[in-house]
Amino acid sequence: MADITRRRVLQSGGAAGLLLMPGVARAEPTWNGPAPESGASIRVLRWKQFIQAEFDSFVANTKKFTEKTGVKVRVDAESWDDIRPKSAVAANVGAGPDIIMGTLDDPFKFKDKLLDLTDLADYIGATSGGWYPVARKYGMSGNRWIALPQGASGGCMNYRISTMHAAGFDEFPKDTAGYLKLCQGLKKAGKPPGFALGHATGDANGWAQWCMWAHGGKTVDDKNNVAIDSPETVAALEYAKQLYATYIDGVLSWLDPSNNKAFLADQISLTLNGISIYTVAKNSPDPALKAIAADMDHANMPIGPVGHPTEQQNILNTYAYAYTKYPNAVREYLRFMWDKDQVDIWETQSNGYVAPPLPAWNDNPIWTADPKVTPFRDVLKYALDDGYSGALGNASAAVMGDFVVVDMFAEACTGNKSAKDAAHDAAERVKRYYNA
Amino acid sequence: MASLTPVQRTARVIPTRQRLAFRLLDDRNFLGLLMIAPAAAFLLVFLAYPLALGFWLGMTDATIGQPGRFVGFANFISLAHDQIFWLSVFNTTFYTVVASALKFGLGLYLALLLNRRLAMKSLVRAVVLLPFVTPTVLSAIAFWWIYDPQFSIISWSLIKLGLIHQYIDFLGSPWNARWSVIFANVWRGIPFVAITLLAGLQTISPSLYEAATLDGAGPWQRFRFVTLPMLSPIIAVVMTFSVLLTFTDFQLIYAITRGGPMNATQLMATLSFQRAITGGNLGEGAAIADAMVPFLLAAILFSYFGLQRRRWQQGSRD
Repeated sequence: MADITRRRVLQSGGAAGLLLMPGVARAEPTWNGPAPESGASIRVLRWKQFIQAEFDSFVANTKKFTEKTGVKVRVDAESWDDIRPKSAVAANVGAGPDIIMGTLDDPFKFKDKLLDLTDLADYIGATSGGWYPVARKYGMSGNRWIALPQGASGGCMNYRISTMHAAGFDEFPKDTAGYLKLCQGLKKAGKPPGFALGHATGDANGWAQWCMWAHGGKTVDDKNNVAIDSPETVAALEYAKQLYATYIDGVLSWLDPSNNKAFLADQISLTLNGISIYTVAKNSPDPALKAIAADMDHANMPIGPVGHPTEQQNILNTYAYAYTKYPNAVREYLRFMWDKDQVDIWETQSNGYVAPPLPAWNDNPIWTADPKVTPFRDVLKYALDDGYSGALGNASAAVMGDFVVVDMFAEACTGNKSAKDAAHDAAERVKRYYNA
Repeated sequence: MASLTPVQRTARVIPTRQRLAFRLLDDRNFLGLLMIAPAAAFLLVFLAYPLALGFWLGMTDATIGQPGRFVGFANFISLAHDQIFWLSVFNTTFYTVVASALKFGLGLYLALLLNRRLAMKSLVRAVVLLPFVTPTVLSAIAFWWIYDPQFSIISWSLIKLGLIHQYIDFLGSPWNARWSVIFANVWRGIPFVAITLLAGLQTISPSLYEAATLDGAGPWQRFRFVTLPMLSPIIAVVMTFSVLLTFTDFQLIYAITRGGPMNATQLMATLSFQRAITGGNLGEGAAIADAMVPFLLAAILFSYFGLQRRRWQQGSRD
């Protein structure tokens, strides 16, 4: 009973802050999970690294866990786009990796097949001052934690400082009106923006969803009623049309790697991307790329008429299957890897690739040593979840997987359909999943 | 009558059993069944079962992680009202018809060329096979670069030659994208058609051509009345395979466009994957895959019962 009360307190919004307030008596949360099973051996399938040092430090942390507990851990890595089908197959056949470090709302598609991580998530939240609301949304199904958000391979606006100045801006605009003017200025300055509008899971969804939400549009409302065919969505599409007019040619066919290539080839001056472009440019021996790194910076996504941040981020989400033979070893491994000591080493090596899911992780010097990295730290503070503002689940995953919002933007931007028709047709597609 | 000792009784039983075994093995029907049993078991486990499971899934609302319940034809009825599904049917049909026709025409032409006396014949034949032996994903990635809106080698070359002034948007508009992926598919598929038809060409006896020449047949008539009829059984087989492989193509599209832009290159196979695995709706994805079966059966029936007709082979009309 005492445990339930503690959990409820920790789950309430201000509780974590309350615990951190000076003068408020608090007991240091302790982890009383059972010890790993003897002879345990677990398999982890995680997203493939973009930064080798990040993966190496992850493996080194894992090795430390093995030395400490005797639990053997095998770590495999695959492209995060490929993890999705594999996690699905593992859930369906009831065999495969014990732990998957994948993305977004995947665990909500097979939530009944997953190991309950409630105690662990509560413990981590309690020791680290609480999770960001968006992290809670991606971790919890009802009152139960089915996944541990690892952070986000956060996307920020990557821009060239010199071109921004040439476009008449001293700093990156904070609202959508100023942002449109910047894009128009960048095009005039000869180095246009470039944002994917092909079936690019991360990049295209990233800016399309942001744009829709920024204008008050949403796929479904709080009660999961289809709400995409609205004047707000139409306004977002009309706005995106003006943005599209400033983009470099060919974005309709762009997949996720396309904007990285174009930015590093000095062809575009603005795009939405993770820290990877900057890291590649900074670490390259090529003087041309080094010059790009020196001339680029990052900013969080501008705020639209809706009045609050509306970023869409690629959440890295970790879950374990209930079929595992070693649930205690799995929980202990996750606890160890989510421990701040390990996280700090790993974050430092990853050079800010993964934005923290808990504000308490923000104090790592990696986020402030290079000011160009700082905007990535806060992306989960500003992010909404994919099913916004409904629940995460099969329908939200299906709508995202079917590129409904991206196609709607592509159709409206190219004039293939009017903004109204594009929103109407998108609603028909969304209804197939939400009204099923 | 003296009673038999146990030893004598055993001696009489064994020959009876052996006789039964010999008799069964002598039976043509039984032996036939026995011989095909391993192959039948193989087909049953690896072909019939997955196919039946696919049909069953298409009739359920199964999602990833949930077995689902039987919903009859609800998935098919829902798909019938889905414009993206119909777009994928159109794309798949267009892709298959155009790519197969091009592969056949160009493959036959290449086979006829390779059948002539050529310098370094073996080397040339090996080179022709290269696109086919390159792993599909590798060639798809190569085409992805070739078609890149910013880095295309084709656009770059044409600009350097002064023939165009801006990069070609190969994959950025629906029709450009459709033709581009068809070209990639044709490039990959030609060697299979060409080499198989070449094998067929080499089985045609030169005496037939000599006889035709003596009868005064020109090159076109020799092709029309000797080569084509003799080759048509091979054509039927190779084109059946080619149509099947093109209709079910997945890798090229997935690597080059993921079905974009705006689903202009979305094939039924890629849509099935997108809905079943990425989207999590196994039932609906299976229904899309099931919907491919009638098209595939039609292609097979056309090839087998059409192209193999004796009248066609003999050059007269039906």
